[in-house]
Amino acid sequence: MITQLLAVSQPVPAGPVVQWGWLTITVANLVVILAMVVVFVLALVLPFPSDREDEDR
Amino acid sequence: MSRGTGGWGPTPDAHAFPTRRYDLVKEFVIALAVVSVLSVVAALVFSSPDEPAISLQQWARQAPSDVVATAAGELAGTTTSAGYGPPYNTASEGQSLGPVDLQSLPGVTQPVDPAKDLVLDPVRTLTSDAASSAAVRVWDAASADRQQAWASAYVDALAAAPDGDPAKVASGDYGPVPAIAAAELRLAESGSLEGLLTSRTSFFGVDSTKALLLLADGTHLEDAARAQNLGGDQWGIMNETGNYPGQPWLWLYSLWYQVPPFSTSDNADIAVWALMIVLSIGFVCIPWIPGLRTLPKHLGVHRLVWRTRR
Amino acid sequence: MSRAEVSPRATSEASSAGAGRTTWTAAVTRWVDGLVPKGQWLPDRQPVYVASWIYVFGVACLSSLVVIIVSGLVLTLGGVTWWHTSSFGHFVNSVHLWSVELFFATMVIHMWGKFFMASWRGNRGMTWATGALAFFGSLGTAFTGYLIQTNFDSQWISTQAKDGLNAAGIGAYFNVMNLGQMVLWHVSLLPLVVGGIVTVHVVLVRRRGVAPPIDATDPTADAGEKVAT
Repeated sequence: MITQLLAVSQPVPAGPVVQWGWLTITVANLVVILAMVVVFVLALVLPFPSDREDEDR
Repeated sequence: MSRGTGGWGPTPDAHAFPTRRYDLVKEFVIALAVVSVLSVVAALVFSSPDEPAISLQQWARQAPSDVVATAAGELAGTTTSAGYGPPYNTASEGQSLGPVDLQSLPGVTQPVDPAKDLVLDPVRTLTSDAASSAAVRVWDAASADRQQAWASAYVDALAAAPDGDPAKVASGDYGPVPAIAAAELRLAESGSLEGLLTSRTSFFGVDSTKALLLLADGTHLEDAARAQNLGGDQWGIMNETGNYPGQPWLWLYSLWYQVPPFSTSDNADIAVWALMIVLSIGFVCIPWIPGLRTLPKHLGVHRLVWRTRR
Repeated sequence: MSRAEVSPRATSEASSAGAGRTTWTAAVTRWVDGLVPKGQWLPDRQPVYVASWIYVFGVACLSSLVVIIVSGLVLTLGGVTWWHTSSFGHFVNSVHLWSVELFFATMVIHMWGKFFMASWRGNRGMTWATGALAFFGSLGTAFTGYLIQTNFDSQWISTQAKDGLNAAGIGAYFNVMNLGQMVLWHVSLLPLVVGGIVTVHVVLVRRRGVAPPIDATDPTADAGEKVAT
């Protein structure tokens, strides 16, 4: 009965999760967080377009 | 200048430095365009989750014995809301942090008497149903002790029955409780229970408190949530139904519930809240906290930002 | 569209220069004028050290907020449950969700950047503090958005979140299971609070200018002598 119950109450399958010890995180959240870290690192590393001639003084 | 410099020594005025052309409006317009396009594309490609709400009718159809057990539990005072305490009732003290009892401080601001509000009052509306009307009359005429004995015995009997099936409950002295619980189930099955729970406060059913308390007192809602990894001990605060990102920004709040002493404490909610409030105040006050306010100097990440000029 | 003609008569602009004026209006005008240094409301030049992609995330976050507000306003047109039954409504809800994810992602990257740059230096502590408050205000606003989805997610989140809020005594006044109350908080009260905090934050940024590099010397001081830190 329990399995039957779960089958009807679960129209959408749960997304995958990854687990390291006590840390559990959904892949969707992990992708968002990793993307943020990557964008942050790129923002620090990539050269910012600038034109020396725009400088004054 | 006598003003404190926060452990950094004097910082030069930004307006004293040479400048270069920087088109803020253009930057904003481009950012707005990029963010708009990203949002629309993500919306088109990924859409957004919308798992329908569980109606009390669905609950009755998919887990009828859970509805019966919950109704009996409300009468016996064994459900979460029946034993909750403030702000719903005085059934318990609620959580406290040592001598500090913030939960009791405001008192009962949203009164809910689960036996009456969630079960008996709705069942009383079944005036054309002779069996349930009679059952409610017997219940009303009995002493509080008698009511408690009947309801508790029925809760225990349901728990002992195979699959919690009311039809397989061992015979015993349950008084009118099985009839009342069965009437609650019929109300739920008919689809009228939600209205009876929400329209009691207002013709306009905008306050879903009672219907949600009843639903959460059962196990069906939690079973469905756990199947979606939404349980509190599954880092569920951060998660979303289906394969979608949820609120990853709540990671720290979510974390505390996974580790001792919080994961094993009866006062976990207030302990985690207190900790998060302290940490949040600390976060706001970083510029004034010695040690923390000068930490970035030692981390050296700033050298990547200001590469040409130091 | 033609521009409004400028009156040749004396205007408030001219009279605000007269510091001796004692009208309340003149006092407010002076206060507004003094919020940021002259020419710094929307300057078209920035200090030379503002040359890194990390500086764009504040503006990216602000842009995301614009998309959030616009998509949120479209959702209000149809009402609370409209998006369950309309495919356009569902699309607008999706835009609302993804702009919120972008809003938080850009805000957090902005905060990481500002932390590592110690951008609270030079009397900019309140700029950091208002930014942090905007973050916490946004958490609350996003949370109430989850509560008013009127779907399974809202049922679960509201019945779970009530315990923490009740334990802290907040639930007595802020009932997360009361849909009507949460709708009003989400579409009116909290956006106004966040908008107000963000406004103060942006004014403070313009007032103080962008924090100079760590260990930077004052270019107007004696030739390149390093300021002791």
